[in-house]
Amino acid sequence: MILPSLIAVLFVGGLAAWISARWHPNAPRWTAIVTLALEAWLAASQLTGNHAAEIPLPGRPAAWLTELDLPWILRFGIGFHLAADGLSLLLIALTVLLGWMAVCCSWTEIGKRTGFYYFNLLACLAGTVGVFLAVDLFLFFLFWEVMIIPMYFLISIWGHENRTYAAIKFVIFTQVSSLLMLLAIIVLVLVNYQRSGAFSFDYFALLNVPLEPKLADWLMLGFLIAFTVKLPAVPFHTWLPDAHTQAPTGGSIILAGVLLKTGAYGLLRFVIPLFPDAAHRFAPIAMTLGAVSVLYAAMMAYAQSDIKRLVAYTSVSHMGFILLGLFSWNLLAMQGAVVTMLAHGLSAGALFMIAGFLQKRLHSREFGDMSGMWQAVPRLSAFMLFFVMATLGLPGLGNFIGEFLVLLGAFKVNPIVTSVAALALILAPVYALIIIQKACHGPLQKRPILTDCGILELSSLGVLILASVWLGLHPQTVLDISAPALQQVIQNMNAKEPSWTLIR
Amino acid sequence: MDLDSLIVLAPFIAMIVTAITLMLVIAVRRNFALVNGIAGFGIVLSLLLIGPAWHKSSIQAIPLLNIDHYALFFVALLLLAGLAVLGLCHDYFKQYDAENEELPLLLLTALLGGSVLAASSHFAALFLGLEILSISLFTLIGYPVNRTRPLEAAIKYLVLSGVSSAFLLMGIALLYAESGELDFIGIEGFIDAHLPLNSVILSGVILIAAGLGFKLSLAPFHLWTPDVYEGAPAPVTAFIATVSKGAVFVLLLRLLVTTGSYRYVPLLTVFSFIAMLSILVGNMLALLQKNIKRLLAYSSIAHMGYLLVALIAGASIARPLVVESAAFYLVAYFITTIGAFGVVSVLSTPQQEAGDVAILRGLFWRRPWLAGTFTLMLLSLAGIPLTAGFIGKFYVFTSGADARLWVLLASVIIGSGLGLYYYVRIIVAMSMNSEEVMSEPPKKSRKWLSTVTLAALSLLLVWFGILPGHLIDCIQSIAISMR
Repeated sequence: MILPSLIAVLFVGGLAAWISARWHPNAPRWTAIVTLALEAWLAASQLTGNHAAEIPLPGRPAAWLTELDLPWILRFGIGFHLAADGLSLLLIALTVLLGWMAVCCSWTEIGKRTGFYYFNLLACLAGTVGVFLAVDLFLFFLFWEVMIIPMYFLISIWGHENRTYAAIKFVIFTQVSSLLMLLAIIVLVLVNYQRSGAFSFDYFALLNVPLEPKLADWLMLGFLIAFTVKLPAVPFHTWLPDAHTQAPTGGSIILAGVLLKTGAYGLLRFVIPLFPDAAHRFAPIAMTLGAVSVLYAAMMAYAQSDIKRLVAYTSVSHMGFILLGLFSWNLLAMQGAVVTMLAHGLSAGALFMIAGFLQKRLHSREFGDMSGMWQAVPRLSAFMLFFVMATLGLPGLGNFIGEFLVLLGAFKVNPIVTSVAALALILAPVYALIIIQKACHGPLQKRPILTDCGILELSSLGVLILASVWLGLHPQTVLDISAPALQQVIQNMNAKEPSWTLIR
Repeated sequence: MDLDSLIVLAPFIAMIVTAITLMLVIAVRRNFALVNGIAGFGIVLSLLLIGPAWHKSSIQAIPLLNIDHYALFFVALLLLAGLAVLGLCHDYFKQYDAENEELPLLLLTALLGGSVLAASSHFAALFLGLEILSISLFTLIGYPVNRTRPLEAAIKYLVLSGVSSAFLLMGIALLYAESGELDFIGIEGFIDAHLPLNSVILSGVILIAAGLGFKLSLAPFHLWTPDVYEGAPAPVTAFIATVSKGAVFVLLLRLLVTTGSYRYVPLLTVFSFIAMLSILVGNMLALLQKNIKRLLAYSSIAHMGYLLVALIAGASIARPLVVESAAFYLVAYFITTIGAFGVVSVLSTPQQEAGDVAILRGLFWRRPWLAGTFTLMLLSLAGIPLTAGFIGKFYVFTSGADARLWVLLASVIIGSGLGLYYYVRIIVAMSMNSEEVMSEPPKKSRKWLSTVTLAALSLLLVWFGILPGHLIDCIQSIAISMR
């Protein structure tokens, strides 16, 4: 029963935070902290407990560690079916960690309506955890939609100057694309119904539905668009800079660190296993899109004068690497994509936190108002330097491992696209150094004395540094946890079309 | 007439008896609370009488009405909607110093008309039901006689509704002239024997479709909707949007299913065109609205379009699924629409109707529960999961995909995207900071009945959104039992 409680704890904690605002303005913050601590404990027990036991579930591939299946809407064979493998647990761990960071950096930033704020924050996290656990397509879609609404409120109520526009754009992009996915899900279920005579939205039942190639292409596109909008990849990325920039710091952390990963997770969990043939046909286009995202977003990042917008574009660039890795069809690149997911969550989350800290002090996100920060706030600037280095892929930190593995794996499949994407290794230092040069160096502007990092800020950024270094120096733990899940994806591809030459 | 027929007809008889009682009571003593109480009692009594009728319902009590499970289910739905509207009306009109006592009476007669529509199996019953409903609605819309907007709306509705009834009658006449039948089943026999049909029948069918399209406010016939919605008192608007449209839709579905008109391809083409136009026109015009009631009016046009998609799908998919989809969508639509207009009605007084979106500014921080309810209703209209509206939309998608109506489904998706924009805009307005808002007069007018109604609707909305199983089982049984 741990799986549903992973979702329920967050949601109930959110409700409790909302209600507790009546008693004391500080109560919601503490409630959120306690909730996340409980969640972390649950997730950790799941991660360690099952890893030791290694009991495969009956009738499931060995990668699945635990599951819960309850009947829900019998008319359509919809079940409340949750299951966890290494991949989902890793992403849940990331969610909890970044949730913690979001709560910490909202501690002083959010002064108004704290109860409702923490409710939305925790509800959004609950939806995300649900997305990572659901293996019933209807349930998955439900969580997919449910996580958007709290995020919408976070942006539109506590966001910055242009919040309404950003929030509406975010909702419309994600909702319309997800309706395409809903249609694809329903058609897939109907095809299965015509074959087997029973409605089922179960992931495992739909895994092996034989599809006509043309239909499979369309269905795959329905899923793919929803996920690439969320990821985002280049033609669908325009909501992201607005949403990230206008969201409050906590919202930006969750958006960049966790919500974007649901897109990548969806590609890995649903698009590739459900439609291996169609996805394989589409792989060259997807890899090209990935490379275009990498380069285009890196160049756009260079041109920004708003620090949050710059970081937002670097996110798009990194997500391009993920797209490249996932569609390379080999274990190496897929593992690289997973490591990039985690490492980007840490580094982008940290950079958004730093941007938030700067904005709290300067009341501006413009580089023009920032120069000389190194003298004004040396500790914060040092953190900034560290995470900027992480973003550009400094060896020894998590992002490097991810990008390296992706490029290594993708090169064997598509050397040209990979070489083009590798140009990002030049562009990334350019935009990274621009941040340092514009914000930290330069003449010290006349302004009131700024306070440097407090203990809360210091410790939360410190945790992220530790995680990032650990991921960079000892990625094997993560690779071991995610390997069975990815191997199973690859096996599934093999089983469907044995003629493929797969590079292991 | 034997005892069984009497039992089956009992819900209808109860409505009639209550209406007559109300007239007598008003003649003796004018008391709004008393009249409301009697009307509420009458509706509850009819609802209770549906229970015994449910067990006997296979018989054709009188030639005009076919009171099967399908009819009884929707009569119950209409009655519950009527009960909710009655509660809203009570709070809305109780501060209004005029003779309000006829209002519950008119609601009851309109409900009677709607129920007759839901059960009719004969064109005569169709026309009778429609006229009872419409004539009650004219008066209901223009009930606040000393204000100009409601009167204007009433006149508009009167004229256009009259024209549409004329269309309908002409269509029925043409059909009768060719076939010599007014019974739905008789028409089915005629269509069976005479496919493909000649141009007289075609004209008849198109005229009937136009007449019903007026009542459903589908796209080329929608022009009256925003004005009437805006002008009518908020609870009455809720009533028009749900009971009037719902009853006509229930009738249309039965008409298509029992007369076998699905085999008639040109009709489906016409309906597809109407559905697409309704979805696009409704949603696009809703984008431009600044008045909540007009906005909801255009959104209801779009929702009728979505519903029509499920109806059109009936041509090529299993009949129970169509009835199921339409019925679930209607239930969700009823709950949501009454809830949304209920919030508007709580916010407005007879002196000043809450129309402008500006009045909602900062509602979240002034009246969080009311704003929360409205948010829930809007999310359900937008089809966001965990609300009944999502399951309804899911049904529309399922039946549309099963019937391979890709173009229509694409317009549903585009329409939903547009719809999301204007629903979310209202939520944005409600979550704006209350400092920017002119202070509301701090009068404490307790509206208990509205509060209870809205709470019940919100609960139902979430219940059917999270655990739709019970409702689906119930609807499935009526869908299967329908001939």
